[in-house]
Amino acid sequence: MSFVTPEIAWAPLAPLIIVLGAAAAGILVESFVRTPERRRVAQLTLALAALLAAFGTAVVQWAMLDGAGTVVLADMMTVDRQALAWQVLILVFGVLGTLLFASRTRAGEEAFTPLGSVAPGSTEETIARRKGFQVTEVFPLALFAVGGMMLFTAVTDLIFLFVALEVFSLPLYILVALARRRRFLSHEGALKYFLLGAFSSAILLFGAAFLYGATGTTAYAGVAAGIASATGLDPLILAGAVMVIVGLMFKIGAVPFHSWTPDAYQGAPTPVTAFMGAATKAAATAALIRVVYEALYALEWELSLLFWIVAIASMLLGTVVALVQTDLKRMLAYSSIAHAGFILVAFAGFPDGALSALPFYLASYGLATMGAFAVISQVRERAEDGTVLGEATRLGQWAGLGKRSPLLAGAMALFLLSFAGIPLTAGFVGKFVAFAAAISSGAWPLVLIAVVASAAAAFFYVRLIVLMFLTDVPEGQEDAIEIEFSPYARTVVILTAAAVLLLGIVPGPVLSVFENAGVLLLGAAG
Amino acid sequence: MLDLTWLLIAVPLASSAFLLLGGKRLDPWGHWVGVAASGTAFLVGLVALIQMLGLDSHDRSHAVHLFSWIPGGELNLDAGLLVDPLSMTFVMLVTFVGTLIHLYSVAYMEHDPSRRRFFAYLNLFVAAMLLLVLADSYLLLFVGWEGVGLASYLLIGFWNHKPEYATAANKAFVVNRVGDMGLIIAMGLMFTYFGALDFESVFAAADGATTAQLTAIGLALLVAACGKSAQFPLQSWLGDAMAGPTPVSALIHAATMVTAGVYLIVRSAPIYAGAPAAQTTVAAIGAFTLILGALIGMAKDDIKKALAASTMSQIGYMMLAAGLGPIGYAFAIFHLVTHGFFKAGMFLGAGSVMHGMNDQVDMRRFGALRTAMVTTWVTFGLGWLAILGVPPFSGFWSKDKIIEAAFVGEGAQPWILGGAALIGAGLTAFYMSRLFFMTFHGKARWTDDQHPHESPALMTVPMIILAVGSAFLGLFLAMGDRFSTWLEPVTGHAEHHEPVLPVPVIMIATLVLVALGVWAAWRKYGAADVPEVAPAASLATIAARNDMFQDSVNRGVFERPGTHLTRTLVYADAALVDAAVDKTAGGWARTGESVRKTQNGQVRSYALTMLVGLVIVILVVVQGGL
Repeated sequence: MSFVTPEIAWAPLAPLIIVLGAAAAGILVESFVRTPERRRVAQLTLALAALLAAFGTAVVQWAMLDGAGTVVLADMMTVDRQALAWQVLILVFGVLGTLLFASRTRAGEEAFTPLGSVAPGSTEETIARRKGFQVTEVFPLALFAVGGMMLFTAVTDLIFLFVALEVFSLPLYILVALARRRRFLSHEGALKYFLLGAFSSAILLFGAAFLYGATGTTAYAGVAAGIASATGLDPLILAGAVMVIVGLMFKIGAVPFHSWTPDAYQGAPTPVTAFMGAATKAAATAALIRVVYEALYALEWELSLLFWIVAIASMLLGTVVALVQTDLKRMLAYSSIAHAGFILVAFAGFPDGALSALPFYLASYGLATMGAFAVISQVRERAEDGTVLGEATRLGQWAGLGKRSPLLAGAMALFLLSFAGIPLTAGFVGKFVAFAAAISSGAWPLVLIAVVASAAAAFFYVRLIVLMFLTDVPEGQEDAIEIEFSPYARTVVILTAAAVLLLGIVPGPVLSVFENAGVLLLGAAG
Repeated sequence: MLDLTWLLIAVPLASSAFLLLGGKRLDPWGHWVGVAASGTAFLVGLVALIQMLGLDSHDRSHAVHLFSWIPGGELNLDAGLLVDPLSMTFVMLVTFVGTLIHLYSVAYMEHDPSRRRFFAYLNLFVAAMLLLVLADSYLLLFVGWEGVGLASYLLIGFWNHKPEYATAANKAFVVNRVGDMGLIIAMGLMFTYFGALDFESVFAAADGATTAQLTAIGLALLVAACGKSAQFPLQSWLGDAMAGPTPVSALIHAATMVTAGVYLIVRSAPIYAGAPAAQTTVAAIGAFTLILGALIGMAKDDIKKALAASTMSQIGYMMLAAGLGPIGYAFAIFHLVTHGFFKAGMFLGAGSVMHGMNDQVDMRRFGALRTAMVTTWVTFGLGWLAILGVPPFSGFWSKDKIIEAAFVGEGAQPWILGGAALIGAGLTAFYMSRLFFMTFHGKARWTDDQHPHESPALMTVPMIILAVGSAFLGLFLAMGDRFSTWLEPVTGHAEHHEPVLPVPVIMIATLVLVALGVWAAWRKYGAADVPEVAPAASLATIAARNDMFQDSVNRGVFERPGTHLTRTLVYADAALVDAAVDKTAGGWARTGESVRKTQNGQVRSYALTMLVGLVIVILVVVQGGL
């Protein structure tokens, strides 16, 4: 047996190496920088620098890319325009997320617990808080997650897919558990997320094993070839394909694999919810695109039922249950489930258009999500004695917010309108291109349901707008809400609001960039 | 300089913005900025005019490209200006008369606390009006069209602390909207039929269009013209528009804006060339309105409303001429220009009278003002002679031509149109003489606190200049067919046609009718005593005093059914649409409540959901696949 050293194209790996390298360096910072405050500055600087450097490198890659892309690690990984587009998108979410991680209240309170390893409400926790401890590990953890997600968009091998999945999932499980307030809720959400995540990973692995059993390889190209050469339809192949896809649908948050979403969204520290909501969905969609278009494309007809069922179930359940939510974060969690349905609509019939429509859709959805949660992080409850408590996430608490803080409420309204897909917001263009892709493959009944679901979903988005602008603050509640001011969170709000508007009014340039990204190097779809 | 014509619009617009945004500190001198802006526009126009006169007649059409406005698949539209003899005529009229009226307003509005705002609106009007006439496409024209509508609305309601003035402004705005719909529909038709909105492409395409298409566009444009120019059946707003300050009535509701409809028709000549039915409708509307306006004018005691009725009637003449086709276009514009001078002059005269009489507008309380206000009397008198069509004053040269042209044709048409124009001339003579005699002659019927005096020079000088124009402009422009030749590149060369009656006969008949009208008015309002309160009168007079019951008709025909329709719709909306939506929403909410129960917080049941879901989809896919 001879071992051949693989040819590694280092340049296309540069963004990944930068991000994961900085994450590793961040661990060292934890060990060597002693004072919490200095450590925080160092970690923040390192994270932002790494993300921006990776962003720049990825953009340079895009500019220098010859033709469709490069095979990087033999069959394991491909860096093509599609992967670069997703990586850039995830890096943008990474930067915005890092800014949110760094935001604090006026009193200097962060979103994260001072010490993750102690029991909630214990004496140790009080001491840690008094001593000004900080869990600055959140920055390297976020970097690991970003790196894993970037890898996730480029892998072309089932085993490597699983590795990337775990690389970005594990840091997220930890991050979800680190909320400063309502820590039991945070722990509960994290544990559920972890358990169900492990369950779904098992399903994905099981599916990969089936496919390996049927085709003798784990590489996408090999699987595609194996499916093509199979005589008749092998139940092993079909079951394997379904299970791999289900594993990815779990991360997208589609029904019936959505159960973790409301609990994790609500329990996680809001900055983590924002980052997770935007970036996980994008990365999982990117991976799903690659699996479907590069490995399972020949099964289009057989798999269409799966996509139809899950898409319809997600849209309906997400919309209907969001209608009756009273907690803002849970409402947005169900809204994200409905959006998972809209994402899957674009897959119906495996249209070529989805390759460029989905990055735009996820960009518009992710930006609005980050913006909305950034706004939520700024609206706080205030105790009778004036101390600022946690976020005010009960819907009723937002009544009259438009009068208290017209700009913040206006930005929130913009994000909500974008979720609803109202023209002149990015969300409208996103839905338009995604549904247009589905129509092009003849899935118009699905699009019809999607449009009706969007219309129904507009109800609960607009309800919040009405609450913010047309409802008065309840009697005696005038001082119950505090509008926080963190420059970091405000920056995120401004950037995302501007982007949502810009993508809504002049989507042309970005659309044409993603148009270029709609090509896979090894696409069975061509 | 022709390329710099955009300054004509930009300068007044900038000045308007400056005055509106500048705040109170501009109050002491802001109005002079407004005057200067209008004056600058006039100078720019004058230089452009001189330059244009130096060109050969077929080179006088000059296109100015401003910017690419609507670049798009099926509709490509650039914003640009079309500087040709027709638009230059309007530019000169608007800026010259406009500047004089700005000047007049400095004195007229002296004691008004919001004089700065007034001048800002006037400047806005000038800019919008110039955009209207200079635009090279219907869409850009529409921008100006709406702009003058806005300025008109703001200025009619300038003293909106009086509710009836605010109502008058609303009325003008609403009626104008009806007309605007006509223009929008016309543009929609053009886009559907020709895929273009700029004059050049539309007129080129009109050659190959069917008569039905052109008739539809022509009629829609006529609706627009009727709204803006207060022609039947959209005439009801003009009388109430007199609520605005008198200089506004002079500039907007006499000399310029209300003639925009005539401009629209003449500009759209190539469309009407292929739509004889639409053209005849224009003439018929014009003839009808000119008689209607004259009849209303005969019974009005409010000096401004009488002048407004006269404006309506005179624009009827212009519409009539415009509806006659190429033989009438030049005369329509000619009459528009002379009318702009003498009617603006008379409105300023009326303003001067009101200025001296404590804002009294009831002519029954005037009388014998000729001695108290000599300048006003003389300048008004020149306007009066001009509108009567007495040779050699301006109106004679323009109106007589329209009457002659109306007699051209075959069948009954020349007799009806010509007859209307002829009778209209007699009626005009009567009501204008009535107005003139009641105001300046006879016995003084002033109330006790009125001490008439002549107005300051800042007001009389513009009146004198306009009076000189009323007197001689017509003669100057008519000599050697100067004006018709000037407009020929736009309106086309008109073949000479003989009227059904010999020209001298028409002219003599006109003059005899005018003389009769003046004589009758003198008998009743000059020589005899005029009662200070309107006497009981015949049904016809009462109808005329009430604007031929136009408001009652509108209320009965449009407002009441409209109200009932909206009430029915509101009810249906609540009972059917809302109820259906509410029921559906309620149903979904209940569904949501029951589905929500599956999210029970138990991680084992979550995992079970996933597992069951997975098994189901695998079974479905595998069953479906095999």
